[in-house]
Amino acid sequence: MKNNNKSRREFLLTCSKALPAAAGLVFMPYATGQLLLKAQESEGYDPTQHNYAMGVDIHKCIGCGRCADACKKENLVPEEPYYFRTWVERYRINLEGEAIVDSPNGGIDGFPEPAGSEEEILRSFFVPKLCNHCANPPCVQVCPVGATFTSRDGVVLVDETYCVGCRYCVQACPYGARYIHPEKQVADKCTFCYHRIVKGLLPACVEVCPTQARVFGEVGLRSSPLRRFLRFNDVTVMKGSLNTKPKVYYAGADGEVR
Amino acid sequence: MKKMKLPQQIVSLAILFAVLLAGLITARMFLIPKSFGKYGHYRADAVDEIKTQEINYAGAIICEECHEDIAEQKEKSNHRNVACEACHGPTAAHVEAPDEFIPTAPRGRGYCPLCHGYDPSRPTGFPQIIAELHNPGKACMTCHEPHNPLLPHTPEECSACHREISSTKRISPHESLECTSCHTVPEQHLTSPRFALAQKPQSREFCGDCHAKSAKSPKEIPRIDLHAHYERYLCWDCHYPHHPEAR
Ligand code: HEC
Ligand code: HEC
Ligand code: HEC
Ligand code: HEC
Ligand code: HEC
Ligand code: HEC
Ligand code: HEC
Repeated sequence: MKNNNKSRREFLLTCSKALPAAAGLVFMPYATGQLLLKAQESEGYDPTQHNYAMGVDIHKCIGCGRCADACKKENLVPEEPYYFRTWVERYRINLEGEAIVDSPNGGIDGFPEPAGSEEEILRSFFVPKLCNHCANPPCVQVCPVGATFTSRDGVVLVDETYCVGCRYCVQACPYGARYIHPEKQVADKCTFCYHRIVKGLLPACVEVCPTQARVFGEVGLRSSPLRRFLRFNDVTVMKGSLNTKPKVYYAGADGEVR
Repeated sequence: MKKMKLPQQIVSLAILFAVLLAGLITARMFLIPKSFGKYGHYRADAVDEIKTQEINYAGAIICEECHEDIAEQKEKSNHRNVACEACHGPTAAHVEAPDEFIPTAPRGRGYCPLCHGYDPSRPTGFPQIIAELHNPGKACMTCHEPHNPLLPHTPEECSACHREISSTKRISPHESLECTSCHTVPEQHLTSPRFALAQKPQSREFCGDCHAKSAKSPKEIPRIDLHAHYERYLCWDCHYPHHPEAR
């Protein structure tokens, strides 16, 4: 009996030593692959030289919805009024200071006067919304397969071929910025028009904004329009208390905006 | 000391574990994409795949190459910051093959009001109109050139000097009233305004011409009882005449 006991302990001991070794073995291809691929880096675009962010000036937004429209057309987002990568919300603050928020078809067809609403409105304004490309993104944390990630230039992206469509990220996003693509059955969201910005074009929404309510640029470049925007405005971020560290900065957003 | 021999069950277990481990490692080699983990817990190749997405909006600069005249005109106009593609839609295909893909132009009366239709949520000061009252029935382009929309200001127009009042009136219930229906304006006011001031309405009866119960004005104009309705005040003590509100 004594003998048996000892060997069991021995076995457990070996196991406790072997496990890290086994784990190392499992992750080895990972490490070597990393080295191999590093050598293959090509193209003129160097993502490590960029860190993108967006500014939104609520005082300038006229709620024309051209951004939401252009986004759909650029990224072939399904036309149905439930799928948006960016959309415009109308905030109407009543006399009690409560916000009444709506976004009919994301603002693409304009904002008709809400029917039968006799409530007195103190003031009203538009707030364009999109993925905040958080520096601390909850959606990335919950992804079980590593299909959503922060790229080296600071953009939160979805790997379409790797996503299993489990919807965790849709649930985890505090901004409602993600949806499940009805045909592809994978998570979809704003990419800051990644395919455009790496070629030096602006995101489609910024391109068509008629009043420069949207500003796009680099966090790290003093001469970037974004830095200018951040210098001259008091900016806030959406739901800052959640510590998601959003990278879409809002000017003119007061307490009711969230 | 007696040589220690591992019991059979331990050996079998060890073999089983070894096989499982080997299986796991090989499976991992096949299942985990090559570029996974290159820069983090994701497939690095995905970034390159996303980069290849097709571009639909060509961007404002390229249009200038072929439409120099229009671009130049727009550059000097109030629409200088409105991108061509905000009105003409995505035109990357047109840039590639200008004759095959012809972009559409929003010629209807419905499009411009997406930006210019009166909406109380819009920032004050943004030029707005009430589409139903602003020259109804005519396409916007019959008066406004879309690439240079501001009409030339001639001094006969009150708006040339009284911009704010005319913009306010334009989005008010009094939009359809000419300035001159309430103000008598001497010719000289248009050239030397301070020497010849325009007349302003003086009495409650003036507004009563349209709004009193007995007035012979169109039926849809809201009526008040001229004597009972806050008799001791002038109408414009309460209603701004260029934007009267009934609440
Ligand atoms: C390579 C030259 C070229 C470029 C670049 C180009 N266009 Fe054109 N465009 C043309 C030509 C040629 C026509 C006339 C086509 C015809 O009528 O057969 C045209 C016609 C048009 C029309 C007229 C459609 C109509 O209803 O008559 C519009 C609108 C237009 N272009 C918009 C644009 C915009 C916006 C851009 C920038 C994104 C652009 N074009 C860039 C060559 C160009
Ligand atoms: C405010 C919306 C708006 C913007 C911005 C705009 N267009 Fe147009 N464009 C129109 C409309 C509306 C027409 C139709 C005019 C007509 O039929 O008289 C038109 C017509 C055209 C035509 C047809 C030829 C003509 O003059 O009728 C061309 C070409 C064109 N636009 C190019 C451009 C280019 C290039 C830009 C950017 C520099 C641009 N447009 C910006 C609204 C716009
Ligand atoms: C995408 C939004 C957008 C569309 C569509 C648009 N505009 Fe504009 N428009 C603007 C902006 C922005 C200005 C500049 C406002 C400012 O100076 O503050 C402007 C200015 C104007 C002005 C000058 C107003 C003034 O008194 O300063 C006129 C007139 C005008 N637009 C007419 C039109 C007409 C007609 C159309 C349709 C062909 C049209 N707009 C379509 C955004 C738009
Ligand atoms: C019959 C000619 C005519 C038509 C049609 C017309 N407008 Fe105007 N519009 C004018 C005149 C005149 C002004 C005043 C110009 C001024 O104030 O200097 C004006 C002013 C404007 C302004 C400037 C408002 C401001 O506060 O400065 C806008 C915006 C505008 N129009 C948009 C439109 C739109 C959109 C349409 C189509 C739905 C349209 N217009 C149709 C003649 C016209
Ligand atoms: C419904 C009648 C009415 C119409 C239409 C009207 N006004 Fe007036 N306006 C008045 C009255 C009444 C006053 C005097 C207000 C006061 O004394 O407080 C006034 C005052 C003014 C004043 C003096 C400054 C001020 O704001 O008190 C100016 C300038 C003026 N109007 C310009 C215009 C112009 C320009 C238009 C056309 C765009 C116009 N008005 C259309 C009724 C009208
Ligand atoms: C030439 C006729 C005319 C004159 C003079 C006139 N109005 Fe009006 N008024 C109208 C019309 C037309 C309407 C819009 C009715 C509608 O909404 O269909 C209107 C609407 C109003 C409204 C209602 C607004 C609402 O929200 O329902 C008020 C208040 C008003 N006018 C006050 C005045 C005052 C004060 C004066 C004198 C300075 C005046 N009006 C002079 C024609 C006139
Ligand atoms: C002491 C402030 C005051 C004065 C002075 C005043 N009004 Fe009013 N008016 C109001 C108020 C408040 C309302 C809305 C509630 C109501 O109907 O009593 C109103 C409503 C109206 C309406 C809309 C009625 C409807 O059925 O929609 C008209 C038209 C109007 N006023 C015209 C006038 C005219 C014309 C004068 C001058 C003869 C005038 N008001 C003087 C305060 C005033």
